Amino acid sequence: MRSNPTLEIGTGLFVLLGFAALLFLTTQLPSSGLKLGASKAGYHVSAEFDDIGDLKVGSPITMSGVRVGDVTSISFDAQNFKAVVGMRFDPRYNRIPDDSFASIQTQGLLGGKYIGLSPGGSDTYLKNGSRIEQTQSAIVLESLINKFFANYASKGSGDSSAAPAGAAGASKVEPTK
Amino acid sequence: MADAATAVIEVRDVHYAASGRPIFAGLDMVVRRGRITAIMGPSGSGKTTLLRLVTGQVNADRGSVSVFGHDMATLDREQLYAVRRRMGMLFQNGALLTDLDVFENVAFPVREHTDLSESLLARLVWMKLQAVGLRGAARLMPTELSGGMARRVALARAIVMDPQLLIYDEPFVGLDPISMGVVLRLIKRMNDALGITSIVVSHDVQELATIADDSYLMAGGRMTASGSPRQLADSSEPAVHQFMTGGEEGPVLFHYPAPDYVGQLLGTPE
Amino acid sequence: MSAAGNGPLVSGLRRAGSTALFLLQVLAQCLPALARPRQLAMQIYNTGARSLVIIMMSGLFVGMVLGLQGYDLLHRFGSEVVLGQAVALGLLKELGPVITALLFAGRAGTALTSEIGLMRATDQLTAMEIMAVDPLRVVVAPRFLGGVIAMPLLTAIFSVVGLFGGQLVGVQQMGLDGGVFWSQMQGAVDLHDVAEGIWKSLAFGAACSLIAVHEGFTAEPTAAGVGLATTRTVVASSVLILLLDYVLTALFI
Repeated sequence: MRSNPTLEIGTGLFVLLGFAALLFLTTQLPSSGLKLGASKAGYHVSAEFDDIGDLKVGSPITMSGVRVGDVTSISFDAQNFKAVVGMRFDPRYNRIPDDSFASIQTQGLLGGKYIGLSPGGSDTYLKNGSRIEQTQSAIVLESLINKFFANYASKGSGDSSAAPAGAAGASKVEPTK
Repeated sequence: MADAATAVIEVRDVHYAASGRPIFAGLDMVVRRGRITAIMGPSGSGKTTLLRLVTGQVNADRGSVSVFGHDMATLDREQLYAVRRRMGMLFQNGALLTDLDVFENVAFPVREHTDLSESLLARLVWMKLQAVGLRGAARLMPTELSGGMARRVALARAIVMDPQLLIYDEPFVGLDPISMGVVLRLIKRMNDALGITSIVVSHDVQELATIADDSYLMAGGRMTASGSPRQLADSSEPAVHQFMTGGEEGPVLFHYPAPDYVGQLLGTPE
Repeated sequence: MSAAGNGPLVSGLRRAGSTALFLLQVLAQCLPALARPRQLAMQIYNTGARSLVIIMMSGLFVGMVLGLQGYDLLHRFGSEVVLGQAVALGLLKELGPVITALLFAGRAGTALTSEIGLMRATDQLTAMEIMAVDPLRVVVAPRFLGGVIAMPLLTAIFSVVGLFGGQLVGVQQMGLDGGVFWSQMQGAVDLHDVAEGIWKSLAFGAACSLIAVHEGFTAEPTAAGVGLATTRTVVASSVLILLLDYVLTALFI
């Protein structure tokens, strides 16, 4: 069959454009997508949380607002009833103190969850297989509201020895904000 | 009739109805090897349907159609295709593939059925195009061809696989006298030079008479007459005579059945 | 034509059944069709590349409208910042696949039906049959495959152009911060959401192409018949797209 340059160029252009668009959608857009240029390499660290809220695989891990890694796995430890979060850190950030403090935070009021790291003071750093000991669970909005109303009600009835609200997920959080 | 050795097509007592309307009732026909067989008949007598039976597009309700000794009704798809590879068919309007040019149209069956090298294939196609006198039109698209040229391209395509049987469906319809003469001579030449058995379906009686060896006349779902064109022309049977001479008087009425003419003119309109 | 029932229900059922059976026949011929990349490329050009302009134009405007409407709506709740994610999710999960498929049915589907219908009307398909060439393999399968391949690509292009349309309105016109727009988008969109769109577009591509080639292949071999088949292609494709969309959305959520 004779070759037809217009046809071939047109088809080529279309297919190229289509795959470029697909590539963009699958790699650049989603937070959990494979980032072009960024290697999958890195070191893996785990941490246990009482409550991770709606943290997802692929959620970012930030330090001072800079993304240093992401969540690679989430599982439940049936022994001590905690959520185990696997994290992958970018190999560029290899000097994170191993006593750093991990807390689950929210992007904006209703946005997705992410893990924020506050640096500790240790001289040894997180490495592959390390475990972050100090963690703070997600702030669950409903527990906060419950606690607020519980306090409010108990204050209103004059009972100053208000029992702390029972929501486990927010137990470490001071309802002051 | 003819013995099995020389019969390429044998149609025996075929009954066929389409959408409940009977088309054939006891049709018999024999097409003999190496001859041009003309099938004539008025419009709507089922000539095209007969070709559909012969090419295995439809099966008879009763009776048998055998081509090259194979009963068409019993063949599976593979066998049917094997039989079809031995036949070529020329359609009324050529039926050229509109998205391919003349050369590619002729090359199409070769490409589909063989793995010939490009140079061999080209040589084959040029030969067939030369045979129909359209080598110079190889790069035209079907839409750029006249009716006669399109039919000649279709003829080249029909013979490119060297079939043993060629079927022409109304090859003369809508052609000017020159093109008609060209196609007519081509049919004769293909038959003589290549030893192909030919079936020509048409109602152009005079033209067919010049090339046909055998003729059949169809009417009312059966063959009403057969023989050489001369025998048919000399027939005294009214139906045959009317068709061959194109007369208005005869068994085939000019008037569609209607109520009494005078009565309808004078009566109250309904 | 020989069936006893002529009610709309029976004829609709028969049409659905024959389309499904036709799918099996076509699928059986898809592998041989894949062996002819040039044929396939030609059909991808016909169905895909030729729909590119209408797809990109529509994508741009749909994205811009999403930007405007989304901004207006979100502004009432004071959450304009999430406009990026609203536009992205709306396009990727829903509007991209559905509108692309509807446009595809109107642009490429009708072209396929009338092309094959005309081949039927001018005896080209019968001629192939007589030449012992299966028109399902040579004519139908490459066109079907071309549609199935082109649809996800068209959808992806539609969505990407739509995203830029949305950002054009949100950032350039409404004055949102570009960085926030994109980071919100990236934060909210999951690979799962992208996959939903791709799966949908594949399903729509198969459905639209199947209906188009089937209607063309079974069209009455007259000018009126081809016209009727073309109309039926648009109607049947549109209904099927929206129906499939509901089913697939329910499946993915």
